[in-house]
Amino acid sequence: MSTTTSAPAGRKPSSRSFKERVDTMPRAVKIVLWVVFAVFLFLLPLLNIPFITTEGSDFGGVLFTVATYVLVALGLNIVVGYAGLLDLGYVGFYAVGAYTVGVLTSEHAHLSWVLVVPIAIVVAMVSGVILGAPTLRVRGDYLAIVTLGFGEIVRLTLVNSQWLGGAQGISDIPKPPGVELFKVPSLDWSAGVPVVDLSTTSTFLKFGINDFVPYYWLALGIIGLVLLFDILVKSSRVGRAWEATREDEDAAELMGVPTFRFKLLAFALGAAIGGLSGALFATKAGFISPDSFQLLLSILFLAAVVVGGAGNRWGVIVGAIVVGYFPERFRDFADFRVLVFGLALMLLAIFRPQGLLPPRRTVRAKRADDRQAVLEEGEASA
Amino acid sequence: MPEPTQPTTGDEVTEINPDADIAPVDIGVPDVAEGEKLLEVDEVTLRFGGVVALNEVSFHINKGEILGLIGPNGAGKTTCFNVMTGVYQPTSGAVRYLGKPLGKRKKFQITKLGIARTFQNIRLFANMTALENVLVGVDAHHSTGVVSAMFRLPKHRREEAQGFARAMELLTFMGLDGKANELARNLPYGDQRRLEIARALATSPQLLCLDEPAAGFNPAEKVKLMELIRTIRDQGYTVLLIEHDMKLVMGVTDRIVVLEFGRKIAEGSPAEIRDNPAVIAAYLGVDEEDAS
Repeated sequence: MSTTTSAPAGRKPSSRSFKERVDTMPRAVKIVLWVVFAVFLFLLPLLNIPFITTEGSDFGGVLFTVATYVLVALGLNIVVGYAGLLDLGYVGFYAVGAYTVGVLTSEHAHLSWVLVVPIAIVVAMVSGVILGAPTLRVRGDYLAIVTLGFGEIVRLTLVNSQWLGGAQGISDIPKPPGVELFKVPSLDWSAGVPVVDLSTTSTFLKFGINDFVPYYWLALGIIGLVLLFDILVKSSRVGRAWEATREDEDAAELMGVPTFRFKLLAFALGAAIGGLSGALFATKAGFISPDSFQLLLSILFLAAVVVGGAGNRWGVIVGAIVVGYFPERFRDFADFRVLVFGLALMLLAIFRPQGLLPPRRTVRAKRADDRQAVLEEGEASA
Repeated sequence: MPEPTQPTTGDEVTEINPDADIAPVDIGVPDVAEGEKLLEVDEVTLRFGGVVALNEVSFHINKGEILGLIGPNGAGKTTCFNVMTGVYQPTSGAVRYLGKPLGKRKKFQITKLGIARTFQNIRLFANMTALENVLVGVDAHHSTGVVSAMFRLPKHRREEAQGFARAMELLTFMGLDGKANELARNLPYGDQRRLEIARALATSPQLLCLDEPAAGFNPAEKVKLMELIRTIRDQGYTVLLIEHDMKLVMGVTDRIVVLEFGRKIAEGSPAEIRDNPAVIAAYLGVDEEDAS
C-alpha cells in the first residue's frame, strides 16, 4: 500500500511538503492567498493580536526592527547562503549605509531622503567591492577573519573620525517625506473581542516621530522588492554560478565560471542590501552612533541566516524573525535573554543543524540519503 | 512478487542514446580542419621545487582523433592535464592551442576557448541537480548578468531557453534525462561519471579531456564507455583520454602517448605501443640483464 499524490480526497498525504502543496494550487488561488498574506503583514502592527504583540515596547517599532533584520538576512544570504562566503563583518555595510544617510542629510549636507537612499546603496556596494577585491582571493576561514576585521575597522573609523561625528554620532537625521492619504484604524482587544479602535490610527504614509507603523510599511515594501530581485537573480545564470562556486570553486572555474567575478558580485549585492537596511535604520532612529554597529550585530545577522537555513530565502526570513523578534517579545526575561538565546542556538545545532528551514536541496538530499541507508541495511541483513 | 524498490547497484548500466544531437555549438574560435594540429604540448617542463613533474614533454593532438595518454602511477598524466587547462603554469615550454600559446590565461578563459575536462575524482556540484550541473557548463558561453536576469530581458530568456534545450539534449544522450532533477550527489556512481562528461560537453569544447573516466567501472560498463567515447568523437569532438585500463585504451584510441616519470617514452598507434619494449618495461619492469 502506498500513499501517492492521488490519495483519496479529504486527507492530504503527509509526505507532501508545504511547497509542493502550494505549487499544485490553481494560479488564482495562489494570487489571492498571497494578497491576503501581504495585507495581513501590512496590518499586523494595527491588529494588536494578543500574545504576539509586544507589551513593553511599541509593536510598530519592534516590527520595523524585525523588518530590518529580515532585509539584512536576505542580503547576507546571498553572500553566505548562495555564494558560500563566510562574512563576519556584515555590520560594516549596515553602518556604511546608515552613515551615508546621516552624513548627507544631517551632518554635512541636507539632501532629500529620496535621493540619499540610492546613494547609500551605491556607497555600500562600492565598499563591498573595495573589501572584496583584495580579500576574496582567500577562502573559507581566512575570509571570515578578514571580514571580521573589516567590521571592526568601520566601527573604529566612525569612533575616531570627527568628520563622521566621532563617538557622539550623528543626530537629527530627517524623516523621509510622506504623504497623508488615509488613516488606518487599529483593533482593540481589551474587551476580549476585537473592536475597531478609531481613536488610535496610523496615517498612510506619514513618517512621524511617535508612530513607527509607516516605517514598518516602508520596510515591508522594500523587503518585497528585494525578495523579487532575489528570486529573479537566483533563478538565472548568476544564481547557478554562485552555487557552483560554493560547491566546488576549482571545478566551477574549470567549467567556465569566472568565480572571482561572481564572488565579488555576491559581495557587492549583499553589501548593497545591507547598506539599504542600514539606511532605513538611520532614517527611523534619527540618531546613529558607532555603538549601534557593534560586532555583536554581525554575529546576530549571521545567526539569523544560519538559524533559518543558509541558502533558503524563506528560511533566513524565519531566522531573522526569530533573532529579531523573540528578544523583544520576551523582554521580561531581559537579564536572561542572551542566555536563553545561546541555549536555543545550541539546541538548534543539535536537532536542526541545517537551520529551521534548510534549502530544499538539503531536504531532498537528506531524504535520499535515508533511503540509501535503508537499502544498504536491507542488503546487509539479506 | 514485485519488489517495490530495487536497490541501485553499480551493475546497472545506463544506456546512452547515440541519436541525440550533441554536436558542439559554435563558440567563436577558429575552425581547425580534420586531422590538423589542434593542441600542441611543446617541450613542457614543470617543477615543484626540486621535483620535476614533467620533463620536456612534447606531443600534439589532431582535430577529430582520440588520443590516449597513459603511463604508470605518478607518471605525470594528470599534471599534464592541469598544465593544459591552466591549473599550473609550465616552468618552461608552452602549450599551443589553435596555433597560439595559452600563456597566462585563466582557467575559465581556457574553458571558453574550448578545452574542457573531467576529473579523476568526481567533482560534480553535489548539491545541485543533474540539470543544473550541465547548465553551468552551457553557461560558460552565456553572458546574462544581474540586470538581464532582474528584468528578464530577451537575452536572459533566449539564453535560458537555449541552455535548457542543450542541457536536456546532453542528458538525453547520456541516458540521464529521467534524472534531470535528481541531486548530483544522489546519482549512482556510473551516472555521476557520465554527468561529468555531459557537463564538460556542455561547454562545447574543441578538445575534451577525460581523466580516467573508467575508474571504478566493471567490464560491462567499460565496454559502454568505449562506445560512448567513440560516439562523442563521431559527433565532432576531439578527445584526450587518460586511462589505466589497457584494453580500453587500446580499443578506443587512434594514437597513444606514454609518460613515465614525467618524460614521454613512446608515442604511436595502439599496435606500436603494445610492442614497444620501453612501454612494456615501464609497465611490467625488466630483468636486470635486459635493462639498457
